[in-house]
Amino acid sequence: MTVPFRALASRLPLSLLVGMVLTTFLVVGALVAPLISPADPLSQDLYATFQPMSWGHPFGTDAFGRDVFSRIVYGTRYSLAEVCISVLVSCVAGTLAGMLAGLVGGYVEQAIMWVVDIVFAFPGIVLALLILSLLGPGFINMLLAISLFSIPVYARLAQNLTHTLQRTEYVEAARTLGAGTWRILYVHIMRNALGPILVQSTLTAGSVILTASSLSFLGLGVAPATPEWGAMMSDGRNYLGIDILPSLFPGLAITIAVLGFNLLGEGVRKVMEK
Amino acid sequence: MNARIINKMLMLPVVMLVVSFAVFVAVRHLPGDPARMLAGPAATQDAVDAVHHSLGLDRPVMQQYGGFMRGALAGDLGVSIESRQPVGREIASHFPYTLLLGLSAYALALCFGIPGGLAAAMFQDGVWDRIFMGITIVLASVPNFWFALLLMELFSVRLGLLPLMGAHSWSSLLMPSLTLALMPMALIGRMTRASMIAVLSRDYIRTARAKGVGLMRLCLRHALPNALPPVITVIGMNLGSVIGGAVVTETVFGWPGLGHLMIEAVRWRDYPVIEGVTLVAVLSVILVNLAADILISRIDPKARRI
Repeated sequence: MTVPFRALASRLPLSLLVGMVLTTFLVVGALVAPLISPADPLSQDLYATFQPMSWGHPFGTDAFGRDVFSRIVYGTRYSLAEVCISVLVSCVAGTLAGMLAGLVGGYVEQAIMWVVDIVFAFPGIVLALLILSLLGPGFINMLLAISLFSIPVYARLAQNLTHTLQRTEYVEAARTLGAGTWRILYVHIMRNALGPILVQSTLTAGSVILTASSLSFLGLGVAPATPEWGAMMSDGRNYLGIDILPSLFPGLAITIAVLGFNLLGEGVRKVMEK
Repeated sequence: MNARIINKMLMLPVVMLVVSFAVFVAVRHLPGDPARMLAGPAATQDAVDAVHHSLGLDRPVMQQYGGFMRGALAGDLGVSIESRQPVGREIASHFPYTLLLGLSAYALALCFGIPGGLAAAMFQDGVWDRIFMGITIVLASVPNFWFALLLMELFSVRLGLLPLMGAHSWSSLLMPSLTLALMPMALIGRMTRASMIAVLSRDYIRTARAKGVGLMRLCLRHALPNALPPVITVIGMNLGSVIGGAVVTETVFGWPGLGHLMIEAVRWRDYPVIEGVTLVAVLSVILVNLAADILISRIDPKARRI
């Protein structure tokens, strides 16, 4: 007999359900952006600046008469791209480095973990500022910078997991049967370490959005007119005292997106711990 | 003093050497030429070359680094390209502001996080526990620059109670330190709760309870000291992200600290200042983590053994 949906839902933690709803909302928003936004996010109308909330402009308009709601809806695409690219790059690079360190051991492990520790000593945004001043501001460079300083977390986690998994009987059995390092890494360690690493990725996703929007807010991320939430607030900040709406809603959007990923991460962790 | 702490202390100069070299080389590959900025847009190539030479930028990188290290060991970090002031003096004049901001933010975070987390753990799964977990996850999700703008709109623009920007009086400190406190509030609160829950299930707590120790004494005298070490570790580990938060907070509020100095230096391609501030930031992260380790070994006899 199949378990009724409501019974299943009541057994899952509340944080997981709310997190799933919020992130689904985000993904759907990014997919159907052109259908639900009332105006072009880039089109200016200098006769209609700082409009209040109305049916035509649900969140009002900004200093250039652009529709804030449309810009926020299109902004979901940037946020999702930030999360997907940064998490993927740092997770793959960090996990590989950490697992290799754990498996090979010796000087290789010491060297890898030493580099990881040094990157870890840099405060996140300071490292990102250094890299961005090196490569110049821009969306892709910003994602590279964020990926780079997220690598140590995954590398340490993967190294610890590898050490633990290596002592399990099935890995020892595989080794006795003559399996090589790569086979053990791929078949036995990577698949079993996937769960904790996935939880870590979900937990990192929220902080990726926060850091990326901070960097855009500081003017080091996307180009100025781009409908990215942090960049929108950087614009809106100049008109504090004239109109709060152009900064209020992008910030709310960031909070909801980050909250969604944080709740999802916590929910997944609770389920895995059971 | 255990071997781990001594080992970390011995590694400190090596790590600083590697970090300083990496930063030095990286910063010298910045696009944009400070000599051309200083000489002005109408300067001839000869004038730009002369500025290059006076700044020592035409020498090989290794030679420049050698000069930099000799100076740095003697306490001389070079001269700011933009303000023409010694970098050491620039940092010394901005550092107290960041220190004040950071300390007051951590004070706020501790005042909220420790009692809040304690109460949540004592009444696990109760009403306050649920509210507390909700509050902390929201605090950890709010972008600090948004929170800053909301505070400014409410208290400065609408109510006119607090100064909008700058550091003119003690009341200028309120909004920036509250903004910076959001993230550590959430982390310290959650860590205190988790650590207390783990401690409360231990045998010695059950013994104390059986013996009839009162709730307040049980919680403050028996449980809390044993729950503190993970909280201290989290404070140390989290310092990096608080420094990052300080960069944003200082920029929004025009607070004249190191974060503000760093952003200005990046804008001006002011090599010596970028290097100086980065090294100070890395050194503070390492030192605070070391201090956290030492503090834990002082209050926790188990950590004293190797």
